[in-house]
Amino acid sequence: MFTELGHFTLILAFVVAIFQTFVPLIGAQRRWPGWMAAGETAAITQFLLVGFSFAALMHAFVTSDFSLRLVVENSHSAKPLLYKISGVWGNHEGSMLLWILIVALFGAAAALFGTNLPPTLRARVLAVQGAIGVAFLAFSLFTSNPFLRLAVPPFDGNDLNPLLQDPGLAFHPPFLYLGYVGLSMSFSFAVAALIEGRVDAAWGRWVRPWTLAAWIFLTIGIALGSWWAYYELGWGGFWFWDPVENASFMPWLIAGALLHSAIVVEKRESLKAWTVLLAIIAFGFSLIGAFITRSGVLTSVHAFATDPERGVFLLGILALFMGGALTLFAARAEAMTSKGVFSTVSRESGLVLNNLLLGVAAFVVFTGTIWPLVAEMFFDRKLSVGEPFFNVAFTPFMVAIGAALPVGAMLPWKRARLGRVLRKLVPAAVLAVAVAALVWAMQSGRSALGPVGMLLATWLVAGAVTDLLNRTGTGGLWRLRRLPRADWGRAVAHGGLGVCIAGVSAMLAWQQEDIRVVQLGDTVDLAGYQITLNSVSRIEGPNYISTMGDVTLARGGGDIATLHPEKRFYPVAGMPTTEAAINNGILRDIYVVVGDEQAGGGWAMRSYYKPLASWIWGGALLMALGGALSLSDRRYRVAAGAAKPTRAEVPAQ
Amino acid sequence: MMRCGLILLAVWMALSGPVLAVQPDEILSDPALETRARDISRGLRCLVCRNENIDDSNADLARDLRILVRERLVAGDSDAEVVDFIVARYGEYVLLMPTAGGANWVLWGAGPGMLLIGLGIGVLFIRRRGRPGDEPAGLTEEEDARLQEILRD
Repeated sequence: MFTELGHFTLILAFVVAIFQTFVPLIGAQRRWPGWMAAGETAAITQFLLVGFSFAALMHAFVTSDFSLRLVVENSHSAKPLLYKISGVWGNHEGSMLLWILIVALFGAAAALFGTNLPPTLRARVLAVQGAIGVAFLAFSLFTSNPFLRLAVPPFDGNDLNPLLQDPGLAFHPPFLYLGYVGLSMSFSFAVAALIEGRVDAAWGRWVRPWTLAAWIFLTIGIALGSWWAYYELGWGGFWFWDPVENASFMPWLIAGALLHSAIVVEKRESLKAWTVLLAIIAFGFSLIGAFITRSGVLTSVHAFATDPERGVFLLGILALFMGGALTLFAARAEAMTSKGVFSTVSRESGLVLNNLLLGVAAFVVFTGTIWPLVAEMFFDRKLSVGEPFFNVAFTPFMVAIGAALPVGAMLPWKRARLGRVLRKLVPAAVLAVAVAALVWAMQSGRSALGPVGMLLATWLVAGAVTDLLNRTGTGGLWRLRRLPRADWGRAVAHGGLGVCIAGVSAMLAWQQEDIRVVQLGDTVDLAGYQITLNSVSRIEGPNYISTMGDVTLARGGGDIATLHPEKRFYPVAGMPTTEAAINNGILRDIYVVVGDEQAGGGWAMRSYYKPLASWIWGGALLMALGGALSLSDRRYRVAAGAAKPTRAEVPAQ
Repeated sequence: MMRCGLILLAVWMALSGPVLAVQPDEILSDPALETRARDISRGLRCLVCRNENIDDSNADLARDLRILVRERLVAGDSDAEVVDFIVARYGEYVLLMPTAGGANWVLWGAGPGMLLIGLGIGVLFIRRRGRPGDEPAGLTEEEDARLQEILRD
């Protein structure tokens, strides 16, 4: 009953989205206020309908309604409640519904909070957002309907993939989708502005918060996914340059470029055409990401043939939106002549460099990701492009960004004197070189990776501090508290990048590992720590059986912690998982995994010493926090607050 | 495999994650040789896995390849010889770092090439922005020279 209603409201939402696409668009063209205003009602209605549909699917999962094919394939009655809920988006059809829900959510948010926009622009933004909704609702209804029933419901389900039964991964997709889909708002604003034929500082101010929000969510989503890979996969890898990961990384890089260039539009009315183009490309990469992850074309070239329908449909959506938007861009780019004048050395130029490096970095990731496909199609070569390639081809751009960032962030607008900024950064540079030299002296030779990473990291963090202190001017430290949040956001996010770089380079340069067979009671020495396997026991979990080790971690005679690495077996899915035991520290993680029992007695055990591991995700969190600080800056709150009194009432259903 | 990317990722991980990759019995007694073996195997792809190196993979084929790499090293091959040996048998598909030969120059040149193009456009743009005023830009040096030429005639 509930399920049928959910299916029905999804179809209704499709109809409403079609209405939302055309009526406000025509209204804005003809200047009919009623037609323009209809967009808001439609956007909110569409959100409520999709929301109901999503709730109905969740209801089916929570109540284990095994007459639904999707529930049978991805759930089990014995599964903990959290994973029954996360099971809704732990599969293709359900995650598509989540995607649509977020498209509608952003549309409704634009309708509610966009009351300070000019009516024609708002109508057009909602129309474009509606069109995106139409495309994905059609995709869902015609190729990936989550509400399909089974004629003969089975007694129980097949269980969710055990690897997905994890808190980190339960929240990873919603954040990632908020990011991916958030970029649809920037896209809608860009296309609406192109239709209007007008891009000005006000447009920059409206589009930036949406981009910033999308970027924050994307940052958190990627960090969660990477953190999950670290603790769940059993050897502590945190980034694999897999096509699926790259699919989320490319929009992140482009969104990073976009939110910087939008500042130039907002403050200096320059870089307009470029910013609009970036907004289009950013969403394009989101769509490419959806295509890569859902068609399977890049992870295995042959998977494309197994279900061409979905892949072709997504490719069609991509072609339609990118083709349409880029054609519009080509036709209207003339209208976007920039006003602001700036000299070669200025913050504007710094941001152009930022955009250039981030854009090229994203392009490198893109080429590497699709190259196996291109090589097979056009050159008849079956080859792989993996981690070693990306490490070599991508890293130089990150190094360049890191090196230029503190200088660019401190350059004044319009006209700057490089020497003056560089002088202020001398202490930061001295500190960075000192840290790098110290690290070089301390490490056991060979790799330059560690010292260079630490050099960059210190330079970035010290640069961010210098930037903040510089903003206080002669007013003294107490003025720090009164700085605009945007200044704090900038410093925190840039410092976060430094922290993240420190973590990544330390992990890659100084990780130590130990793989061996240990007997019960044996002690392994690793990087000055003693790791003792005391016992191994079997324990029953709610829907799994666990082989749990009891491991003591000690240093210099004193016990630090007792760790419980596990191997779990999920009987329903017939799949084992590894639950590594990690002792988190500020400067290092100790990571222990228990493997198989050996034929000759004893257990295989892997222990890792992972220096600065938590800095990777700490840095990502700092970046997200910096974004949030920036988003809460007064100039956006003032704009939102001013809109409140005039807000239209929410129409009843 | 038409599920969402996470599932794809997870399935791939499932093939490899739970069981340990490098087994204790594979490890060579000579630490220098073992380090070389690890370095080599990090650059070789497990053919039956999804974009994963044989060092991290637990597939049987990956184990066979790891043992093969170690056998060649013990036999006295250099690192390059070991890689050539494997590529000769399994094709360039095993290389996670593609060679720069043939059409692959496009792949390797894409980043630097794009950077140069971008730098060129960026510099031109900034130069033009640098001129004060919004009025149509004055004559370039070339145009100026040409004008002088015409006036002289």
